[in-house]
Amino acid sequence: MLIPYHHYLLFAAVLFVTGIFGTIVRRNLIGILMSIELILNAVNINLVVFSRTTSLAPETGQVFAIFVIALAAAAAAVGLALVIALFRVRKTILADEITTLKW
Amino acid sequence: MDILSLIVKYGIYTVMAVSVLAAFSVTLLPNLFHAALALALALIGVAGIYLSLQADFLAVVQLLLYVGAVMTLIVFAVMLTSRIGEPSSAPQNNQLVLPALSACIIFFSALYAIIRDTPWPVRTPLNLAVNTEDLGRALMGLYVFPFEVISVVLIAVLVGAAVVARKDRE
Repeated sequence: MLIPYHHYLLFAAVLFVTGIFGTIVRRNLIGILMSIELILNAVNINLVVFSRTTSLAPETGQVFAIFVIALAAAAAAVGLALVIALFRVRKTILADEITTLKW
Repeated sequence: MDILSLIVKYGIYTVMAVSVLAAFSVTLLPNLFHAALALALALIGVAGIYLSLQADFLAVVQLLLYVGAVMTLIVFAVMLTSRIGEPSSAPQNNQLVLPALSACIIFFSALYAIIRDTPWPVRTPLNLAVNTEDLGRALMGLYVFPFEVISVVLIAVLVGAAVVARKDRE
């Protein structure tokens, strides 16, 4: 490894926190979904770094990262389908305008 | 340290910086289409990080699946749902920006302290490269059950997304 693995972990932490920030403050539902993709990518980086440095079987982390990528793609597909269905009914996808369940 | 590894080292830091800047733009850009393009840039940077960790197969999967498929979905959704002809409203919820920023800074400080202080048990032979054959053997051997479950999940997602997004015909 050319650079110490702490730096990879810090980079992943920055991505993770940025994703959380975007998830909280974005008003658009698609923006929230994009921030969630950032969070999942940060987790994947951590998995790969640990599989290279600390794990006993070096391929375990990469296998987990592949599973996370598959599930993230599935989540994006279902989430965007829901967003499109919601837009067809309500003509808005801003998270603070969808308040039917909020009394 | 010879000159080539020095270049590679600073190249990795550059890729990290570009990815972080792109991630900031994903959360801050007012135009959602530009935010989607910034997300694509951040994902390509993460693929570069995988390459630097010698996870070649994962880098290719990241490029094909994320930058190829998920970004296409997101861009299509952005174009299908944008309100044309209406003045664009604020992209962020203004009441939440300051609390969210402070919470994220506190959380990042905690993460930084954890990363700095934890004695990670680093394996001594560090250069155990994982090639695609090892990954395939692991997927077909130890992890064959989650692998099959994932395929069922993907089928369910395909059908479910088509059903949810289709137009109702009464």
